[in-house]
Amino acid sequence: MHTGAKRFLFAAIFVAAFVSYFSAQFNRYYLGIAIDVGINIILAVSLNLINGHTGQFSLGHAGFMAVGGYTAASITLALSQKFPAAATPVLFTGALLAGGLTAALAGLAVGVPTLRLRGDYLAIVTLGFGEIIRVIFENMDCVGAASGLKGIPNYTNFFWAWSLAAVTVFVITCLVNSTYGRGFIAVHDDEVAASAMGINPTKYKVTAFVVGAFFAGIAGGLYAHHKQFLSPTGFDFMKSIDIVVMVILGGMGRTTGVIIAAILLTLLPEFLRGFAEYRMIIYALLIIVLMIARPQGLFSFGKK
Amino acid sequence: MSAPLLNLEKVTIRFGGLTAVSELDLQIGANELVGLIGPNGAGKTTAFNLVTGVYQPTAGKISFGEKPTAKFQPHQLAQLGIARTFQNIRLFASMTAFDNVRTAARLHCPRGVRNALWRGRAFRDGEKEITDEVMTLLDIFQLGKFRDALAKGLSYGDQRRLEIVRALATKPKLLLLDEPAAGMNASEKTELMRLIQFIKDKFQISILLVEHDMQVVMGICERIAVLDYGVKIAEGTPAEVRANSKVIAAYLGEKKPK
Repeated sequence: MHTGAKRFLFAAIFVAAFVSYFSAQFNRYYLGIAIDVGINIILAVSLNLINGHTGQFSLGHAGFMAVGGYTAASITLALSQKFPAAATPVLFTGALLAGGLTAALAGLAVGVPTLRLRGDYLAIVTLGFGEIIRVIFENMDCVGAASGLKGIPNYTNFFWAWSLAAVTVFVITCLVNSTYGRGFIAVHDDEVAASAMGINPTKYKVTAFVVGAFFAGIAGGLYAHHKQFLSPTGFDFMKSIDIVVMVILGGMGRTTGVIIAAILLTLLPEFLRGFAEYRMIIYALLIIVLMIARPQGLFSFGKK
Repeated sequence: MSAPLLNLEKVTIRFGGLTAVSELDLQIGANELVGLIGPNGAGKTTAFNLVTGVYQPTAGKISFGEKPTAKFQPHQLAQLGIARTFQNIRLFASMTAFDNVRTAARLHCPRGVRNALWRGRAFRDGEKEITDEVMTLLDIFQLGKFRDALAKGLSYGDQRRLEIVRALATKPKLLLLDEPAAGMNASEKTELMRLIQFIKDKFQISILLVEHDMQVVMGICERIAVLDYGVKIAEGTPAEVRANSKVIAAYLGEKKPK
């Protein structure tokens, strides 16, 4: 892993660029789904750092995503006319970064006061945070309030979604698979023992929240420029649950499993499009069956 | 004796109306092995938690290496050089034996986020250095063969030993062992005594041993302090403590005056 990590990153970005180059020849519907998959991988892998590796059960990931999405979309909406077409990648990069950083700030704002809370209490607080964010956007007229933000330029393509997914996987894997990163898992396993070994649990928890929120914000920006429309209801509690389900289904703290689960759970509703209203029932059934059959996660084999 | 490494002066802690530890004076010098004993509920573990910063004393003063430790959090005290084990083993269960020790060894090779992400030469050299250090430690305690085994899968005795190794990986000046002999049979206890003596000689550190088991404490400690109901009732060499009438009374009860 140590030396291969950077090579993996460059290879993945290269493949994403290669596929993207030929994307005009693909069916637009499938291409759209492929981009959805990339965005969901970012969301699931970043939530996995908070929920899986560090063991801080957060239900507010859609909130961070909304912060990033609205920030990035507002920036491109304000500036896209003033920028020459050739410079859009620069604009988009800047907008995504701004979205990620604003979301990271939100992560810091949520992380610091809630660190004393554990388990269920933390879950409830982050749930409340997600709802607050949604209600704020619902009432902000400058971003379209409840009717949503329309006319966002279509910047997200296969390359952006998948190379940023690769960056997310790279950053979080490298972070966790280092001596430094063992601290996240130590905090997850036993906070008291971790602090007795010189690990500052507070610092690790805040780091997890900030890094996780940053990538959720990036994913939000990609989502905004993919759907070209943002509505507060798209970032409700169910969206957070969707991401949590990916993490649980993949196996808490197992990056590979979480990636596979993100892919499966994005494709599944598309396969079930004929009876979409049963999607949540199938979701629920899947979780029930999984929790009984494989409580450690569907794709968790081998060691962490 | 030169200035003690750990110095407790009239340390008191109250939980509501209960005085768990009352005006405790205790000094531990460099490379000294001190035992802290007492009947159940005497306040031994509370005293331990005071030293490691889990609790803050209601009154009195604790200093480590002449530095007052009030306001320090447990992880900061670990950085100063106080390491501990737990009465009920608290390993990082989902990690391998190697990673358990590696997590603790991190303390002395602080490599932050940037380094972990860049993965350059400095990172690789640092990781190799830590790996070597951890393997040396594991091998000293015959745990090298369990390197990739999950901590929760190890046998009870091995888990106890791994916890001690993990504490040693933080390169402490003072090692606190909280009832290391709990749940051990006679031969394991003998082995443990040998091990504690070995650690003290090999790493040249001070050890504070909280223990229930008389055989272990009397066998290896140079000095013993006895707590009863949070009050120190005796202190001295094993022979002195054994002969002390208050200690006998605390453990066996007093003779009824006739």
